[in-house]
Amino acid sequence: MSRAALLVLADGRFPAGGHAHSGGAEAAVRAGRITGAASLEEFCRGRLHTAGLVSASLAAAAALGADPAALDTAADARTPSPALRVAARRLGRQLMRAARATWPSGELDALAGEFPKGAHQPVVLGLAARAAGLGADDAAHCVAYESVSGPATATVRLLSLDPFDATAVLARLAPELDRVADQAVLAARRTLDDGVDALPAASAPLLEISAEAHAAWAVRLFAS
Amino acid sequence: MMHLDHTHDGPTAVSADAQRPDGTRRALRIGLGGPVGSGKTATVAALCRALRDQISLAVVTNDIYTREDAEFLLREAVLPPERITAVETGACPHTAIRDDISANLEAVEDLEDEAGPLDLILVESGGDNLTATFSKGLVDAQIFVIDVAGGDDIPRKGGPGVTTADLLVVNKTDLAPYVGSDLARMAADAKAQRAELPVVFQSLRTGDGVTGVADWVRARLAAWAA
Repeated sequence: MSRAALLVLADGRFPAGGHAHSGGAEAAVRAGRITGAASLEEFCRGRLHTAGLVSASLAAAAALGADPAALDTAADARTPSPALRVAARRLGRQLMRAARATWPSGELDALAGEFPKGAHQPVVLGLAARAAGLGADDAAHCVAYESVSGPATATVRLLSLDPFDATAVLARLAPELDRVADQAVLAARRTLDDGVDALPAASAPLLEISAEAHAAWAVRLFAS
Repeated sequence: MMHLDHTHDGPTAVSADAQRPDGTRRALRIGLGGPVGSGKTATVAALCRALRDQISLAVVTNDIYTREDAEFLLREAVLPPERITAVETGACPHTAIRDDISANLEAVEDLEDEAGPLDLILVESGGDNLTATFSKGLVDAQIFVIDVAGGDDIPRKGGPGVTTADLLVVNKTDLAPYVGSDLARMAADAKAQRAELPVVFQSLRTGDGVTGVADWVRARLAAWAA
């Protein structure tokens, strides 16, 4: 296991397409639900414990070697919004390209063959972590962090929010993020024995609904 | 070609390999960048009209925050809709064409899969600053488009777009008398910055239009196919 490999995978500049997505922050800003650092923190907290937990569990399970196709089906079942399923697969395909070039792996090649238009991003990330010699805990931390860092950096662009305030939000969420990652790893371990139904199915209905509305906007800064 | 030192025989290429997964040669990819309003989309539209009867081509646009450029090309009907793809850039076209090219690589590969076989794909950047250049992992050659009304000191100022692009286009030459731009000075400054790299002065409203740029593209295509 390499701590440095985790830094490479978790780096916001890892070229896997995330920069064009706001994690629902653009719709929340337009609706007046994110207006500054305090409401950004509440938004991120909600996302972390719902979409973040589910995604981190999927990634941890993939990193442990669970069947990626079954995980992908489980991800579909936990993502009611078609727009979010499209975004997750698009990001999965982009991450697949970057991961295969960075950490060549037969398992990644096989998943790319099975899902040429992309598997759900957290599943790909879990396999990428595996290919990089990382563990389930690393994959879960990486995905949990992405679930809040994406909206935070997007809000800096959308609201011209002070970047120091946005980064402080992420720092304050760090202890919760650790706990969510721990939960995700526990769920992922259960998945190995009990199948994908053991994965959490926490849902944020407003994220799903607003993602559908956002996808229909004529003018937007972010793809999702 | 830029790719890591390993073989990959999987279903999708991971970088800018010259071969497609089925072993055929992929389309030549040419990027067009430059400041906002310099005439990139108009140049792309004119190129499509000039080349579409001779070669099979498609376009990828990278808008700043809308689908304006893609929709302009659709409205002008320069190509069938299935040959035009818009990439969303999260307000940062320079990221999508240089630092994180994954969405653009997908767009060009999907175009080849769905509208191919293609000889040429034009990848247009949204208007950006003078340092915005395309990754060599995305395009084989790049055109930087500036215009005389943006200030005749731009060639003198240089920057990666002006100094390193494979072709520099100075657009809207018909406006030079009205905005007080000195074309001879622009040409001399560009020569000083670019040495032997070519420069085309064009007006899409008068004279030869896009002919100079189209001839350059044809020469690149001939070299690519050779």
